Amino acid sequence: MQKIHNNRAWWLVLPVFLLVAFSALIPLMTVVNYSVQDIFGPGQAFFVGAEWFKEVLGDELLQDSLIRQFMFSGAVLLIQIPLGIGVALMMPKSGIKGSVCLILIAIPLLIPWNVVGTIWQIFARGDIGLFGWGLNELGFNYNYTGNTVDAWLTVLLMDVWHWTPLVALLCYSGLRAIPEAFYQAAEIDRASKWAVFRYIQLPRLKSVLIIGVLLRFMDSFMIYTEPFVLTGGGPGSSTTFLSQTLTTMAIGQFDLGRAAAFSLIYFLIVLLISWLFFTAITQADKEQ
Amino acid sequence: MSLTLENLSHRVDGVDYIRDANLTFQAGSFNVLLGRTLSGKTSMMRLMAGLDKPDEGRLIFNGQDVTGQSVQARNVSMIYQQFINYPGITVYENIASPLRLAKMAESEIDRRVKETAAMLQISPLLKRYPLELSGGQQQRTAMARALVKDATLVLFDEPLVNLDYKLREELRAELRDLFRERQCIAVYATTEANEALALGGTTTLLHEGRVIQNGPVMDVYRSPVNTLAAQLFSEPPMNMIRGRVTDTEVTFDEYSHHALTQELSKLTPGDYWFGVRPSHIALVPANDDDLEMSMEVALSEISGSETFIHIENSHFEMVMQLMGVHQYHTGAPVKVYLPINKLFVFDSAEKLVHTPSRISGGAV
Amino acid sequence: MAEIRLKSLAHSYSETPGGPEDYAIRQLDHVWHEGGAYALLGPSGCGKSTMLNIISGLVQPSEGEVLFDGKRVNELSPRDRNIAQVFQFPVVYDSMTVFDNLAFPLKNNKIPKSRIKARVQEIAEVLEIEDKLYKKAKNLTADEKQKVSMGRGLVREDVSAILFDEPLTVIDPQLKWKLRRKLKQIHEQFDITMVYVTHDQLEASTFADKIAVMYGGQIVQFGTPTELFEQPNHTFVGYFIGSPGMNLIEVERSAAGVRFRSTQVDLAPWQVEMLKRLKSKNIKIGIRPEFIELSPTASDDTYEAEILDMEDLGTYKVITVRLDQQEMKVRMNEEFEGVIGNRTYLSFPQQWLKLYVDEFLVQEQQ
Repeated sequence: MQKIHNNRAWWLVLPVFLLVAFSALIPLMTVVNYSVQDIFGPGQAFFVGAEWFKEVLGDELLQDSLIRQFMFSGAVLLIQIPLGIGVALMMPKSGIKGSVCLILIAIPLLIPWNVVGTIWQIFARGDIGLFGWGLNELGFNYNYTGNTVDAWLTVLLMDVWHWTPLVALLCYSGLRAIPEAFYQAAEIDRASKWAVFRYIQLPRLKSVLIIGVLLRFMDSFMIYTEPFVLTGGGPGSSTTFLSQTLTTMAIGQFDLGRAAAFSLIYFLIVLLISWLFFTAITQADKEQ
Repeated sequence: MSLTLENLSHRVDGVDYIRDANLTFQAGSFNVLLGRTLSGKTSMMRLMAGLDKPDEGRLIFNGQDVTGQSVQARNVSMIYQQFINYPGITVYENIASPLRLAKMAESEIDRRVKETAAMLQISPLLKRYPLELSGGQQQRTAMARALVKDATLVLFDEPLVNLDYKLREELRAELRDLFRERQCIAVYATTEANEALALGGTTTLLHEGRVIQNGPVMDVYRSPVNTLAAQLFSEPPMNMIRGRVTDTEVTFDEYSHHALTQELSKLTPGDYWFGVRPSHIALVPANDDDLEMSMEVALSEISGSETFIHIENSHFEMVMQLMGVHQYHTGAPVKVYLPINKLFVFDSAEKLVHTPSRISGGAV
Repeated sequence: MAEIRLKSLAHSYSETPGGPEDYAIRQLDHVWHEGGAYALLGPSGCGKSTMLNIISGLVQPSEGEVLFDGKRVNELSPRDRNIAQVFQFPVVYDSMTVFDNLAFPLKNNKIPKSRIKARVQEIAEVLEIEDKLYKKAKNLTADEKQKVSMGRGLVREDVSAILFDEPLTVIDPQLKWKLRRKLKQIHEQFDITMVYVTHDQLEASTFADKIAVMYGGQIVQFGTPTELFEQPNHTFVGYFIGSPGMNLIEVERSAAGVRFRSTQVDLAPWQVEMLKRLKSKNIKIGIRPEFIELSPTASDDTYEAEILDMEDLGTYKVITVRLDQQEMKVRMNEEFEGVIGNRTYLSFPQQWLKLYVDEFLVQEQQ
């Protein structure tokens, strides 16, 4: 028999419920509503059931975008996670140096996302950007507006610059939590630096890395502002990711029904993959 | 004023942390919860404090059912193993903090803080910060904070475990003195039998969430209700040997046969467990009817003024505690004597059936 | 390695030590001989963990030398010193099995696999954890983890000394007995130098052949448990060893011995003689609670006292008595019976009445 002895607590949570309902649940329901209707104009909407979903899943444009998106998120994770761990390992453990390092590393995280896009847009230009100009001087024929590969690399580089600090900060806090005795014991056991990393640091970073990977996956899968500002999705559609496709569809073409259907599928993909990943890791933990 | 636990049970993730506990604590009493780690001591104290809600049963305080009451409404203080103090404020402010929350007058706060600090001998430290102090001083600060609000129930969760043993001895003696005069109910959890004996009051033996025995410390010590209680409440654990009683004699193996003494002859024939304290086994017979056993030394450990010798033969293993320093080498044969009049007898269901007759002797 | 020698060792954690208070270890000279089982005993903050870390190389001493077999090793890192250290809290690699944990130091030293397997098996049997060898380390109980931690210290064959830093802290008291026995057996079996740091005199006495008692950064006595008990060299040793500790009374010189308030205590002639030679006013007499005799009747050499309190501790009793306003504790066996408030008569057998001047024991000089 469980007695809830403090019913007043529920009243305190009520405002949050209302807020979430207003800003999230109701708009979500609106999207669901749109996804099952064909909208020609205000007041002219017809119920079409699952038709939009069928069409959307078969749409080649969206499929291309989806593949591009997966490639991008995959690349992001492959680069940012190891790099973040590496940066965290190199940071000083304490004192003034540690604090200064922390601040410097955190700076990219504080910049508004469209400004990030703008910074790189200029930085990578062949004429007035240090990066673009420098590469061209070195002999590389670099042009991110014309060349697909260059555009991809630039977008990736921008994202790495912007978000690796998050992974680094998470790992840094995880590393700080390791008691000194472990390092001392490893020293006495004559463990190599690699062994220390593999057997002491990495296992203890696990929980922090789960958060890092989940966050990076979700954010990169839904990325919009930075690539849009940097390349506009070009050249052609080579850096047009899902969210941009979706936005064009919904706002540009006013194809609300189709966009709504796809939004929901988008949402479900992110949810599904995150859930699969999270369950896999925590299950592996429990089994042992 | 009293606190009663009635049929209390608490389950977490399907595991019983406390099962069917029935206990009563009286005002002005010092109660020790003795048990191994994970035996339920902390769980029980959390239930008494109101930090956890029991799954079954009730808590009755002064006749009132307080089971659902939140911890803030109860007048409880708790002292933990890890000296918990607010690091950012001085010792004075730490001790004053519960009183400030109660919105007491400044002069009253000042008086009480100074009084409690004097009681715990930390008056010269009032202006310092907790992290500057030694372990013992930090724990005293935590205790002062717990005692200043004059709670009706004060809970100690193994508070001395992180201090060195001499400091522990001293603080224990101080605690005993501190609580002699007070009217509150003090409950102290520990894993060490010796601490329970030193603190006195009543002892409650806990094992795997169940209350094994409860009563004044000497009663529990002298009459353990079963073999488990006997072993829990002694350090080193009481020696248990199997034996059989017939109409005429008691045997412990095929070789040693002993005539029944007057007391043992009251037992009905059958298999029994015989308990003998390590300090009662001797190297020379004290009485004519002492049981003689031939054993071999497995290990001898010297400690200051006593020696613990682990002895064994093909049938049993025992520990002896001797006053004085004795050197024995592993493998040395030794004859030991067990005084029959000091044996505890437990039946095959491990319940106590016989305690040694009153140990008399010595006088002043 | 035949011996570990500490020469003129001193250590301060601050970079600019001002006076003696800034030193964790003060002017210390000590030798640990090969194969011995030693304990380093002292209250919290006396410098024992610091000393251990200096021996193993985790801390470099600010002054003095550490010599292994006469060779200076101050600059050698821990990995080059052939020393194993077991810490207070179990240090276990959670992601590996128990087997891999124990094999870890051997793998790092590139020992062949067959030899690793044999050695790990041997150590696991000694510690009685061979049935858990293939379990993941993170699922063990605290004492099993500590056994694994200890096992890692024991498994290396090239180790000449093992240092233990209060290793039984996290162990259930019920199991401390067993682990102490284990360590003793291991010492007898492997004949390796072991230094065991603790603040618990029982642990120190049960484990060690010889105990170094540390106080205020110095070793005040190095002797067998018996010596520490019967002949404490320093008032701190008298206080720290024994439960309860030695009764110490501040006294002044008098004709036949010493005196406190209105009580005259006679000393042995040699003690009186020594007192005459020493000038200091800091004089104390000490006698252990175990050696004070209580009698219901007075006689020539007894002192009248009042029983203030009696504690029954199961196997023994501690009686608090008051002699001329001085409280003393007497330890009697469990059969003693007394009544609080009654008179009793104390006697102090000559051989157990110790004299301390300036905190150090006054010994008979041949």
